[in-house]
Amino acid sequence: MPLKRRIPQLLIHLVFILFSLSCIIPLISVLSVSFSSEVDILKNGYSLFPRVFDLTAYAYVLYRPIQLLGAFKISILVSVIGTFLAVLAMAGIAYTLSRPDYKYKNKLSFYVFFTMLFNGGLVPTYILISNYLHLKNTIWVLILPYLAVPWFILLLRSFMQKIPFHIIESCMIDGASELRIFFQIILPLAKPGLATVALFTMLQYWNDWWLSLLYIEEERLVPLQYMLYRMMNNISFLTSSTNMMPPGLKNVELPSESARMAMAILAAGPMLAVFPFFQKYFVRGLTVGAVKG
Amino acid sequence: MNKIPFIPSSRHFKKNLQLSLLALPAFLIIFVFSYLPMGGIFIAFKNINYSDGILRSPWVGLENIKFFFTSNDAWMVIRNTLLYNIVFIAVGTFLSVVFAIMLNEVIRRSWLKAYQTIFFFPYFFSWIIVAYMAYSFIGPYGILTTWIEKLGFESFDFYSETWVWPILLTLINIWKGLGYVSIIFYAGILGISQEYFEAAEIDGASRLQVIRNITVPLLMPLITIMTLLSIGKIFYSDFGLFFFVPREVGQLFPVTQVIDTYVYRMLKVSGDIGMSSAVGLFQSVMGFIVVLFSNYVVKRIDDDNKLF
Repeated sequence: MPLKRRIPQLLIHLVFILFSLSCIIPLISVLSVSFSSEVDILKNGYSLFPRVFDLTAYAYVLYRPIQLLGAFKISILVSVIGTFLAVLAMAGIAYTLSRPDYKYKNKLSFYVFFTMLFNGGLVPTYILISNYLHLKNTIWVLILPYLAVPWFILLLRSFMQKIPFHIIESCMIDGASELRIFFQIILPLAKPGLATVALFTMLQYWNDWWLSLLYIEEERLVPLQYMLYRMMNNISFLTSSTNMMPPGLKNVELPSESARMAMAILAAGPMLAVFPFFQKYFVRGLTVGAVKG
Repeated sequence: MNKIPFIPSSRHFKKNLQLSLLALPAFLIIFVFSYLPMGGIFIAFKNINYSDGILRSPWVGLENIKFFFTSNDAWMVIRNTLLYNIVFIAVGTFLSVVFAIMLNEVIRRSWLKAYQTIFFFPYFFSWIIVAYMAYSFIGPYGILTTWIEKLGFESFDFYSETWVWPILLTLINIWKGLGYVSIIFYAGILGISQEYFEAAEIDGASRLQVIRNITVPLLMPLITIMTLLSIGKIFYSDFGLFFFVPREVGQLFPVTQVIDTYVYRMLKVSGDIGMSSAVGLFQSVMGFIVVLFSNYVVKRIDDDNKLF
């Protein structure tokens, strides 16, 4: 395409670079505060680059990190178990829905997607989970409610509908059972779709604060995001009464401003480090999702 | 049903049974966590007290709903929810489409990739992390707050000024979703057949003419669907945005309280089950009506773009 007919590249890049900066700078500012000296912060405020480079916040956060490690453990456990079970459950129903010859296809589709249009609301759900299912203060309450998300089922179904039906047909003629077709043929063929949904699901579990906000009161079950929330107004949640300042740092001001940001970095870090590598799966998922189902 | 005629009906039965089995785990999860709560809608019409239990608590009819609508909060939370959503949908959709079109104009692939990756960043952050980020700018020691003071202005406490929050929340919400939504539209543009663009090129159309007469009209179905999906959720808000980012400052409630945060606070903070469930039911029913209505409107205008 002739260059002069295009929109000036410079203008586009200018807008995009500005927006890119707005995406990166907040991260830098949080990072910078976490590496700043508390005394300097209280005197001069936050800055985009640490004026006085200081690791006290990390020393404080990572000194006897029992609470922190506990929260990490819960978050990792929930993300891993949750993602595994969710992908399996959703792949199962998505495959069944993708089969044009399944007898109850339309009824089951309606059953799944009606929940996108209407729901019982927070109170009945809350009472059901806490008073009848007795899931409050268990790790399962952080996992079970997200095991079958209609939107992801829709996405997986679109992926599976692209698998040519004659492959399934020939397996049936060879006498393979449906379960065997699903596990040995469909799952391997749907790998890109499964990877996409697995990533979305894992992000949802890792970033979730909603379920813990509602159903977790016990200290040992607090996941990372919820811990961050509780620290927002009160840093003392980070430390138990026995957990004081590291020995070398006695008599120093409690680094509450910087320690809080250090925690945010530790919580956001793992996802941020991993996800850019899987970005193509996200883009693919969005592309399929955009196609009407 | 008779797609594979040479398979006997006993096999059909077995096939349907096994397929049903595969769907069963998700079926049960949806039943327990989506359909059972629907059965609890009646709670909104009861005066729940723990000594009688949920089933035996006395019926009060529409009392709870009446109580909500006669309170000062009703107008405030409904107005906030709807206004924010309207602004989010209008500004968000417009900017996302503009970004998608601009992404399509980027010539160098390496730049395109870099932008896509970076634009996705905000999507990866939870609302709590976003709240921390916002705080690092506008908190008492925040970068912006410090600058304002350094420039000689009076010190400004963002967390007690109501007028800035509609702007802040809109900016933050757009910022978080722009990368994500613009890539959906960008994928839509990539899906447009190249023939249209080539034909326009031969006819000597300028780039802007191509965008106005080809890209935007052909993207319209996708824009309609995305907008409809958002309108269908117009009575729902992003809880995290309105709950965490303003740090639960009560002073800001007039501009930050939305239906979702209101229902949550009624339940968990005030412990008012009746009110909370009544407002929740109002939200569900209105949401349902809005979805059906917007789908009906689209069906009338252009049957191909309807959702169901």
